[in-house]
Amino acid sequence: MNYNWNWAIFFEISPDAVHSYLQTLLIGTGWTLATALSAWAVALVFGSIIGVIRTTPFPWLIRLGTGYVELFRNIPLLVQMFLWYFVLPELMPDEIGIWIKELPSASFYTAVVALGFYTSARVAEQVRAGILSLPRGQRLAALALGLTLPQAYYHALLPMAYRIILPPLTSEFLNIIKNSAVALTIGLMELTARARAMQEFSFQVFEAFTAATLIYIVINIVVTYAMRRVERRVAVPGYIGAAPQAAAH
Amino acid sequence: MITIREVSKWFGTFQVLKRCSTEVAKGEVVVVCGPSGSGKSTLIKCANGLEPFQEGTITVDGISVGDRRTDLPKLRARIGMVFQHFELFPHLTVTRNLTLAQMKVLGRSERESAGKGMLLLERVGLQEQARKYPGELSGGQQQRVAIARALAMDPIAMLFDEPTSALDPEMINEVLDVMVALAKEGMTMMVVTHEMGFARKVAHRVVFMDRGEIVEDAPTAEFFGKPRSERAQIFLSKILQH
Amino acid sequence: MFSNFDFDVIIRSLPYLFLDGMTFTLMLTALATVGGILFGTLLALMRLSGVGPLTLFAAGYVNLMRSVPLVLMIFWFYFLVPYIGQWITAASRPIQVGAFVSSLVTFTLFEAAYFAEIMRAGIQSIPRGQEAAAQALGMTYSQTMGYIVLPQAFRNMVPVLLTQTIILFQDTSLVYVLSVTDFLGAASKVAQRDGRLVEMYLFAALVYFLISLAASHLVRRLQARIAIIR
Repeated sequence: MNYNWNWAIFFEISPDAVHSYLQTLLIGTGWTLATALSAWAVALVFGSIIGVIRTTPFPWLIRLGTGYVELFRNIPLLVQMFLWYFVLPELMPDEIGIWIKELPSASFYTAVVALGFYTSARVAEQVRAGILSLPRGQRLAALALGLTLPQAYYHALLPMAYRIILPPLTSEFLNIIKNSAVALTIGLMELTARARAMQEFSFQVFEAFTAATLIYIVINIVVTYAMRRVERRVAVPGYIGAAPQAAAH
Repeated sequence: MITIREVSKWFGTFQVLKRCSTEVAKGEVVVVCGPSGSGKSTLIKCANGLEPFQEGTITVDGISVGDRRTDLPKLRARIGMVFQHFELFPHLTVTRNLTLAQMKVLGRSERESAGKGMLLLERVGLQEQARKYPGELSGGQQQRVAIARALAMDPIAMLFDEPTSALDPEMINEVLDVMVALAKEGMTMMVVTHEMGFARKVAHRVVFMDRGEIVEDAPTAEFFGKPRSERAQIFLSKILQH
Repeated sequence: MFSNFDFDVIIRSLPYLFLDGMTFTLMLTALATVGGILFGTLLALMRLSGVGPLTLFAAGYVNLMRSVPLVLMIFWFYFLVPYIGQWITAASRPIQVGAFVSSLVTFTLFEAAYFAEIMRAGIQSIPRGQEAAAQALGMTYSQTMGYIVLPQAFRNMVPVLLTQTIILFQDTSLVYVLSVTDFLGAASKVAQRDGRLVEMYLFAALVYFLISLAASHLVRRLQARIAIIR
C-alpha cells in the first residue's frame, strides 16, 4: 500500500501556527457539540409545541402542525441549510440581509437554526406518538377533575409522554450530533470539517479521519450511557417502559 | 340535580344515543345498566361534557352542559367521575394525585389539600399508601384512590363509569363497599354497572338501556320484581344467572 | 422581494438539472437501495445467526455506521476505495475511481446498516413456529430462510424499506461535498455560474419536496392496502 503512515502528525503544528492538529480536531469537536446542543434546544421547544398541537381536537391546528412536519421532513437537510444561509438573507429587506451576512459565526447560527427546525419536525412526530400512546382515559380523567386542556397536558399527559419517548428522543439527539457535520458545507468548522482540513494540509488522510471517527464513537457511547442513566432516574415505579406492571398485593 | 332531556348523539352517521331522557334528583342513586354497545358509558360521559352531543339538553344543578357559554372546567370541578380503568396519573404519588386538582383548580393551599387528601384516604382505608405510586397498588386500591381523588373536589354529584368492570373478582367488594358507604351518606350518584347486588342494596332507581335508547326507568324494587319491557327481562335473566 | 425573480434561469437549466443531475440522483438511490438491502439482509442474518464472530462483526459494523456522520463516511470512502481497489486487483498504485463509484460504495455500505436493522426487526417478527415447521419438513437453514422466513419478512417490511429509500434519496444530496453533479450539485453549479442562488435553491427545494411528499404519500397508501389484506 503506497501510503505513508504518520501517527505523530497529531502533535505537529497545523497551518494556523498556533494549535497542533490534535488541538484543531478538539476545537472542532467543541463546535460540533455547541451546534448540536443549541440546535437540540430549538428542536425540543418547537417540536414539543407542534407535537402537542397535533394531538388537540382542533382541526386547523392539526393541519398547521401536519404542514410544518411535512415541510421540514421532505426537504434534505443540506438543501434546508442552503435555504437558510444563501436564500433567506436575499429575501429579507436589505439592511437585515446585510446584517445577517456580516455576522461573525454566521455559519454557526445558520447551522443551529437549520438543524434545529429540521430536527424539530422529527421531535414533533415522537411527541405526538408518545401522547397518542397514553390511554384515552388519562386525558378524560384530567378534564373530569376540572383541569383546563393546557393544564391537562402539562400535569397529566406530557410528563408520561416524555418518559415514554426518551429512547427515540435519544436517537434524535445522536442524529443531531451526526447531522451537524452537514454544516461544513456552509463553512462551520466543526469536527468533520477540521478532519478534512487536516487531510488537505497534511495529506495524512487516514489518520485524520480515524481520529474523527473515534471521537464520534466516543461521543455516541457517552451520550447513550448518560441517557440510560436518565431513563432509570425518571422511571415511574410500577412501570417498565410504558406498560403498567401487575402490582404485588 | 342531573337532568337529561331528549339527548341524541351521532358518531358520524351512526346514532349512539336516541332521545334519552332521565333524571337524578339530589341524594338519589341511579344505576344505569344494559348490554354492551347500549350507549350507557357514552351517556354518562355526556353528563359532564366529556362527550359532546348533538341534540337535547343536559343540566347539572341548573347549569346547561351543552351550552357553548358554560365554563366546563368549572362545572366539571363540581362533578366527580370515576373511570373503568381508574386513570390515576402514574407519574404522581397517591397524595399528589389527590392534591393536584385541589390546588390547580380549586386554589386550595398545599397543606389544606394534603390534609383533605389524607382524610379521604382514611375514609377508603388506604392511608398507608399515601406516598406510593399507582403502579405499586392493586387494581382495587387504585380504584379506591380514584374515588378519593374525585371526592377531594367536594362534588355535588358523582358519576361512575363501570367502576368494577376492570377488577379481579376478589377486589370488587372493597370498591363496592366504598360506594355503598357513599350512597348511604346521601351522595347523588349515577352509576353505570353490571353489579346488580349493588343496585339492589342502594339504588333508588334503575335505568335500562339498549341500543342507544332508554328502554326502562323504574324504582329498584319494581325493576327487579316486575320489569315491564321484554328486553329488560331477557337482560336480567342473563345477568342474574351467575 | 420577488420582484426580479428570474424564472428563466430555471427553465433554461431544466434539461441539465434533470437529465444530468436527477438521473445521477435517482441512479444512485436505486442502486444503493438494492445493494443496501442485499448487504443489510446479510448483516441481519449474521447478527441473528448465533455464531459468535459473525454476530460480533455484524453488530460492530451496524453500530459503527450508525455512530458516524454520513458526510465523514463519504470522505472516508472517497479516499479509501482507490486503495481497496489496488488491494483487490493487486495493482501497483491506488486505482482511480470516479466520484460515482465511490459514492455508490459509500451509500450502499452506509445505508446497509440501517436496512440491516429494518430486516432484523422483520425477521424477528416472523413467528418461531414458521421456522420450526420448515425444519420439521426437513428444510436446511438456507431453504428455511430463502423460501419461508425472508419472503415473509420482506413483505412485512416493504413500507419501512420504502421509507428508508426516501431517506436515502434525500441523503444523496450530500455528495455535494465531492462536487458531484447530482440534482443539488447541478442546481448549485447553475446558481453559482449565473449568480442566481435564490431561484435555483428554492427550485431544488421544491423538487425534492414534491418528490419526497409524493413518494411518502404512495407508501402510506400501500401501507393501508397491506393492512386491509392482513
